Amino acid sequence: MNAYWYCLQGIVQREWLRFVLQRSRFFSALVRPLLWLLVFAAGFRAALGIAIIAPYDTYITYETYIVPGLACMILLFNGMQGSLSMVYDREMGSMRVLLTSPLPRAFLLASKLLAIALISLLQVYAFLAIAWLYGVQPPLWGLLSALPALLLVALLLSALGLLLSNGIRQLENFAGVMNFVIFPLFFLSSALYPLWKMREASEWLYWLCALNPFTHAVELVRFALYQRLSLSALLICLGLTVLFAVLAVVTFNPQHAALRRTN
Amino acid sequence: MRIALLAASISLALASTSSLAATAYVSNEKDDSISVIDLATMEVSATLEVGMRPRGLLLSSDNKLLYICASDSDRVQVMDLATRKIIKELPSGADPEQFALHRNDRWLYISNEDDALVTVVDSQSDEVLAQIDVGVEPEGMAVSPDGKWAVNTSETTNMLHWIDTSTHTLVDNTLVDQRPRHVEFDGDGKRLWASAEIGGTVSVIDVASRQIEKVLTFQIKGVHPDKVQPVGVKLSADGKYAFVALGPANHVAVVDANTYEVLDYLLVGRRVWHMAFTPDQSLLLTTNGVSGDVSVIDMQSLKVTKSIKVGRYPWGVVVTP
Repeated sequence: MNAYWYCLQGIVQREWLRFVLQRSRFFSALVRPLLWLLVFAAGFRAALGIAIIAPYDTYITYETYIVPGLACMILLFNGMQGSLSMVYDREMGSMRVLLTSPLPRAFLLASKLLAIALISLLQVYAFLAIAWLYGVQPPLWGLLSALPALLLVALLLSALGLLLSNGIRQLENFAGVMNFVIFPLFFLSSALYPLWKMREASEWLYWLCALNPFTHAVELVRFALYQRLSLSALLICLGLTVLFAVLAVVTFNPQHAALRRTN
Repeated sequence: MRIALLAASISLALASTSSLAATAYVSNEKDDSISVIDLATMEVSATLEVGMRPRGLLLSSDNKLLYICASDSDRVQVMDLATRKIIKELPSGADPEQFALHRNDRWLYISNEDDALVTVVDSQSDEVLAQIDVGVEPEGMAVSPDGKWAVNTSETTNMLHWIDTSTHTLVDNTLVDQRPRHVEFDGDGKRLWASAEIGGTVSVIDVASRQIEKVLTFQIKGVHPDKVQPVGVKLSADGKYAFVALGPANHVAVVDANTYEVLDYLLVGRRVWHMAFTPDQSLLLTTNGVSGDVSVIDMQSLKVTKSIKVGRYPWGVVVTP
């Protein structure tokens, strides 16, 4: 048991070190959602004050609406960036060092996912703190009840990232995948507009958004932030996390990079 | 630790509901009905049929009777709140919109929008005591706490009309900004707050001199100035705050009643019209005409906590303990 704990600690610590040493990564992770909140949302301030949707009890400003989506945006970018680091690790060989550990590979990868998730949560709460000062103030207890939801979403997105990185042969390809994964996931979701608004625009857009796992991640966090549970979102997020994690472990092949180099 | 947290949250929840065992009555202009809201559950518990186009609402001082301006029925209806039945109808003059009850709990001052009149009715003998000529399209109506003055606003003449209640004669007029909609005396009757819908202002008037002391203006981030149309005004009993409903701006302004500084703008439903406090002053309710709901403002945090769907075009609201 001790060996597991020691290993997990080591992996989390390594992720923490990487986070501390790359301070620019922390700021860029914050700048992105803050730009959306302070610049983009400012123009739409009154746009949504026309309908009340769960979990909100009254009319809200657009800024209030997009905060859960932006929190998930941090998790999305970090999950993908975390997997990027896996590609990097694989290419540089440090992942191979990690895999020489006698512990099961599934545990090592799960630890890695958890480490990425924990670091992401720090950034999300830093963002929520700034949003709070800006005037987007969900109930205080909501910040606590959102923690498990955020953790699950962080795991879901890093599992997805890991799965994707398994299919990528080299570092350069990854940027392309980002554009084909992050942007569609984010824009075709309820992060920026509620689904009823999407439905007003077009029915197929609505269905694309409704089927997008990221929509359910955002809704899980949105409800949790207001001390509510969206059971459907929870079940979908849990199911997908398990599915992506299992697939990621099964398809994980540390030989990818090494093989390519010898060819 | 978890048990302590749970206990704390339960006691918080209990504390927040025990003070809310009040009932709100909301007139739905387009539905010819009154929505009854149970403030303990924050839900509409009943909908009562009343006369056509109900607007202004008033309670008798013992909270047993509800007076309803049924504008298109050209009368004021009186509802017994114990049985929720209309027990009588008062001759109000044509198109009654807003009214005010004298402190003697008998005289009702009713503005008749189409006839440029204020009708005074004795609610016990059902007699019309007087009809006083005022400006065009009279609307807002208030009686001073000492019962000396009845003040009416006329929307087109842009004036406040001061009626001496001992003689029922028009004594003085005060010119205010365009389209005055509502007047409200402060607790000690020294100042009168008057909203001007098109002027976009609220004037604070010194009652002794009947002169304007201060004119308040409003600016809301992201809302066009033309949409800022003050209508309802309410003053908290502790004399700290004034709340101004800003109509199609969909916001209620929170004003420091002593410094006249606007402290905040609270987002509520569309076209916010009139407001009422709960008897313990812990909540302020707003009627939002276009969105057809009532928003609830928590007085301690000065935040909107909930919006409750009612009938079509909610207009007036009163709250009983």
